[in-house]
Amino acid sequence: MEDKNFFEKYQAYVEAKTPKTKSFPTLIYAYLVGGLICMLGQGIYDSLLAIFPTMTTEEANAWMLIGLIFLASLLTGLGVYDRIGIFAGAGSVVPITGFSNSIASPAIEYKKEGIIYGLCVKMFSIAGPVIVNGLAISIIIGIIYLFL
Amino acid sequence: MWLMYLKVFLVGGFICMLGQILLIKTNITSSRILVLFVVIGAIMEAFGLYEPIVNFAGAGATVPITGFGRSLAKGVIDAIKSQGFLGVFTGGLTATAGGIAAAVLFAYIFALIFNSKTKKY
Repeated sequence: MEDKNFFEKYQAYVEAKTPKTKSFPTLIYAYLVGGLICMLGQGIYDSLLAIFPTMTTEEANAWMLIGLIFLASLLTGLGVYDRIGIFAGAGSVVPITGFSNSIASPAIEYKKEGIIYGLCVKMFSIAGPVIVNGLAISIIIGIIYLFL
Repeated sequence: MWLMYLKVFLVGGFICMLGQILLIKTNITSSRILVLFVVIGAIMEAFGLYEPIVNFAGAGATVPITGFGRSLAKGVIDAIKSQGFLGVFTGGLTATAGGIAAAVLFAYIFALIFNSKTKKY
């Protein structure tokens, strides 16, 4: 009986100590930052289409994403993106820049453990699950589509 | 023109806010949010629900990670149309190759250049 009691107390303790993302204002920050990153993407997209008239919309879209990924990696290297992340929460995680940050950040962090076993391995600690699950769902969709 | 940017802001921000609501309500880690959103994006695209959002909001729908899932699903379906069964395996990665390669390359370069900052916050 005492063990169970202890376990409940421990659960309450963990609950109290777990850092919680709090309250309403963070929703607005996430909305603002996420929306602004998307607007930046749209700005790059429209500029590309205006500068290169022969470019197709799909090419422009791909270049726009690559541009955002470049910016996010650079800002991660400079240590700026993590500061935005504290402020914006999911607003900096959900855009493609967050995916880029999730690759660059552990790569930089684990560089001291070596190029191969540190940098190159840890690079995929967050992006790996995303790519694996994304690829799995796309194959499932493909197979279902094929037999419909 | 400016109406388009307003739509981009509203839709893109809304998708990010959904992620933030998940963060607050369930305390799930941000990597699970990425996985969840990619899968949701791919499934919505497969049912033809994501394409109208892209047409409506442009980068507001392609920049969030759900757009990555959309590319995976769209790539597979397009590749099946042109290559048949092989497309099941080639489509997804082909469509997202640019983004993944760019993210890996830039992360590699910048990780070699920069050292991790001491966190002060």
